[in-house]
Amino acid sequence: MPEILLDIQHLTHDFRLGRKRTVRAVDDVSFQMQKGEIFGLVGESGSGKSTVAKCVMSILSPSAGKIRYLGVNICDPGQFRSHRKLLQTSRQMIFQDSTSSLNPRMTVAAIISEPLEIHHIRPPRGSLREEAAFQLKCVGLDPGCLDRRPPELSGGQRQRVAIARALSMSPELLVADEPIASLDVSIQAQIINLFRHLQREHGFTFLFIAHDLAVVRYLCDRVGVMLGGKLVEEAPSGELFANPLHPYTQALLSAIPVPDPCRERARTPVIFDSAQFDREGVLTEVLPGHRVLRKGAAS
Amino acid sequence: MSVLLEIKNLSVSFRTAQGEVEAVRDVSFSLSPGEVLAIVGESGCGKSVLCRSIMKLLPGNGWIRGGTILADGTDITHYTQRDMERLRGRLFSMVFQDPLTALNPTITIGAQIAEAVRVHQPKAKKAAVRRRVLELMDLVGIPGGEERYGRYPHEFSGGMRQRSVMAIALASGPRILFADEPTTALDVTIQAQILDLLRDVQARLGAAAILVTHDLGVVARAADRVAVMYAGKIVEYGTVEDIFYDPRHPYTWGLLRSLPAWAEDGQPLYTIPGMPPSLIDPPKGDAFACRNEYALAIDYQEAPPMFRISDTHYAATWLLDARAPKIQGGWSHA
Repeated sequence: MPEILLDIQHLTHDFRLGRKRTVRAVDDVSFQMQKGEIFGLVGESGSGKSTVAKCVMSILSPSAGKIRYLGVNICDPGQFRSHRKLLQTSRQMIFQDSTSSLNPRMTVAAIISEPLEIHHIRPPRGSLREEAAFQLKCVGLDPGCLDRRPPELSGGQRQRVAIARALSMSPELLVADEPIASLDVSIQAQIINLFRHLQREHGFTFLFIAHDLAVVRYLCDRVGVMLGGKLVEEAPSGELFANPLHPYTQALLSAIPVPDPCRERARTPVIFDSAQFDREGVLTEVLPGHRVLRKGAAS
Repeated sequence: MSVLLEIKNLSVSFRTAQGEVEAVRDVSFSLSPGEVLAIVGESGCGKSVLCRSIMKLLPGNGWIRGGTILADGTDITHYTQRDMERLRGRLFSMVFQDPLTALNPTITIGAQIAEAVRVHQPKAKKAAVRRRVLELMDLVGIPGGEERYGRYPHEFSGGMRQRSVMAIALASGPRILFADEPTTALDVTIQAQILDLLRDVQARLGAAAILVTHDLGVVARAADRVAVMYAGKIVEYGTVEDIFYDPRHPYTWGLLRSLPAWAEDGQPLYTIPGMPPSLIDPPKGDAFACRNEYALAIDYQEAPPMFRISDTHYAATWLLDARAPKIQGGWSHA
């Protein structure tokens, strides 16, 4: 039995809009992540996938439910405090927009070594600068970038710096919220390859949030599909793409564009009417490892 | 008139603190009524600048350095803003990338479409304007026009907003529709619907469209002809079948090969090495040479001319020269 790194049970998050109104962004979501796997979370905008990521990273505190990370319930302030160092160093996040997630006034060297300074970690490779140079090399950048500032770098280079910063803590869990959405096609391929390579090298567990299904199919071991704050289907990547069971997943998969004019024009996407989405039901295991939101108990 | 828009040797530059940026270099193409031309390339390759220079919407530090723009047989290269105002709307119109920023959040959708109608028909009666707005809403597939007329943009979904933006663009009956990344801000499930709508509307009105995008899936679905741009130049030009089934330029091969849709399990994705060159001082010779694994010695010396492959298909690479070695397996897929 593989070790479970992250266990999310009945996670719910409400955003308050004024005094009386609330919006339920995440509604009773449960899934587990095994150590060393790449889990993809897909869904349309507003489906709650970023909120799940922020709850996992303790940026938001959930309204209900439990998140256990290495057995520690991170939603419980007492437990969080007693494991603060572990929780803060071994979980790292990469954001979508590298322009706003990197301080434009800091040099690349300072950006990458800042987490080490904050946590008073002695750099394993001598000085902070050497450590930063090493991390830069890992993500495929030249050490000449060390003294440059983010605005002088291209989008792809900035995203690499953000990855280097996250990796400087050698995290157990890496959360990436649409890390390639703002990049060009040819640079996207470079970053995806980098993720695959780094994941094999470091063996971290990777929560990858995206809306590009072709990328998810290529990169992820397991995929969860979200709609309106609910997790509607979860399965190993190959299984999900070959045998989607929930009507929304089928619609989503049929919407993947095919870069081939004849096939693309012949394709008619299945349209999923969100009005007929039945929020009731529980995630039921229909096949080993393949769970779908269904009404009633599993037959 | 069989050609609606003809661009000949167009060059556009920007004045910046670092020097002159040659954003568009020697670009020529033509557009016939009823066809959709897709301009594909990475960000910074000059595809948006090309569109803006045709519509004369360049920012203050940009100017047309050379070449001609023939619209419907008239040379509009040196038209002033005043002259252009008469053409915009009637001849061209634009659909922007992000419908949320293109729409005014404090004005109802109906009133925003009506504004576009009134600008082009100042003498129209109130009831006639309203009738035209409802007609446009119906044309772009917004159901329940009467009821949605008084709604605000935030009450619409992303797809419905983009449809409204299209209704505004179509209000004046344009003959050329520019669509700058019209589906980038939308969810995948909506993307195909909006592209099909674009094609449908364009065919019904007999208008031509220029579709700017970096997504080859979008191109495959909506375009008749494709121009691939790299570092300010068109490097390959052909019908959508030419480009997808018989690409000739190494950059087009690279773009097609790097798509995750074609990736084999367990194999790393193909990537084009290096980065696009700076356009402040474009390299001598072929701008793609240093990223091109099939580069020849001459690529570093002299920029290749457009080689003709067929009547519809052209590419600018020395590999098509009679003296060049034959390349096997640049691009193929089942």
